[in-house]
Amino acid sequence: MSDLTAAQSLTTGSFVDLGLIDYSQAYRLQKETVAQVIAGAPERVFLCEHPVVLTLGRMADRGYILASKDELAAHGIEILSIDRGGEVTLHAPGQLVVYPILDLRKRGKNLKQYLYDLEEVAIQFLQHYKIFSVRKPGKTGVWVGAQKIVSVGVGVRKWVTYHGLGININTDLTLFSLINPCGLNVTMASIESIIGQAVMSQKVKQDFCEVFMRSLRLKGN
Amino acid sequence: MYHVVLPELGEGIEKAMVAFWHCKVGDQVYKDSDLVELVTDKAAFNVACDFDGVIKEVLIAEGQEAKIGQVLAVIE
Repeated sequence: MSDLTAAQSLTTGSFVDLGLIDYSQAYRLQKETVAQVIAGAPERVFLCEHPVVLTLGRMADRGYILASKDELAAHGIEILSIDRGGEVTLHAPGQLVVYPILDLRKRGKNLKQYLYDLEEVAIQFLQHYKIFSVRKPGKTGVWVGAQKIVSVGVGVRKWVTYHGLGININTDLTLFSLINPCGLNVTMASIESIIGQAVMSQKVKQDFCEVFMRSLRLKGN
Repeated sequence: MYHVVLPELGEGIEKAMVAFWHCKVGDQVYKDSDLVELVTDKAAFNVACDFDGVIKEVLIAEGQEAKIGQVLAVIE
């Protein structure tokens, strides 16, 4: 792929399309924006893709990385430890990564509700592609049958959120063989692997933003 | 004396694990600085300091769980 990044920028209102961006660069941007939102700046939602990278949440066990250091080095894949919940996650082109920087002080200071709402956004977004997905009790993310299609892991500072969702649109799913995704020993899916046809990248982002605005009461302009 | 407690995180979340202390006993801490990061299965949550002081005691070590309302540290 990735024609997600080739798409015309969707930057509008609260949504900022960063295109293909290095993980560390996007992380710095998130942290800067969190500080701004804590100070009263408008909420933001970053959409992006990352070059292939493995990230480890605070609960992560390095044993969940199945590939050797040499294999990862051969692919030029970096491993980063970060401050979010969840286990090991793989980001790669073709995965729509969403970083909502939202002020939960305006949303009842309810972390559980926010996580539920975030998953609901993903579930409703997938319905645009006639994909029926669900939550699984005791497991993170959003699932289609036994396959995981969306990863969820958030960070919160002073009730302002960062990190978020990774939705596989047309990710190279063979990359997930490098890890045990989220420590769950599961197979991963993408929109294209399920519906069996290519999707328009610009439509993907537009559909997502519409659902997000509706579900999380975010102003588009 | 000020007790740092694990705040309410929302209905249904009863506990979280201390993932990382940003400070240790004896450290000077300041209002609004991050003290400790806690994690649930999907989220990492930072608890900030409400005023200036010195860390007197850390009651929940990294890797241990705490319940909502439990005292995590004492600041003087």
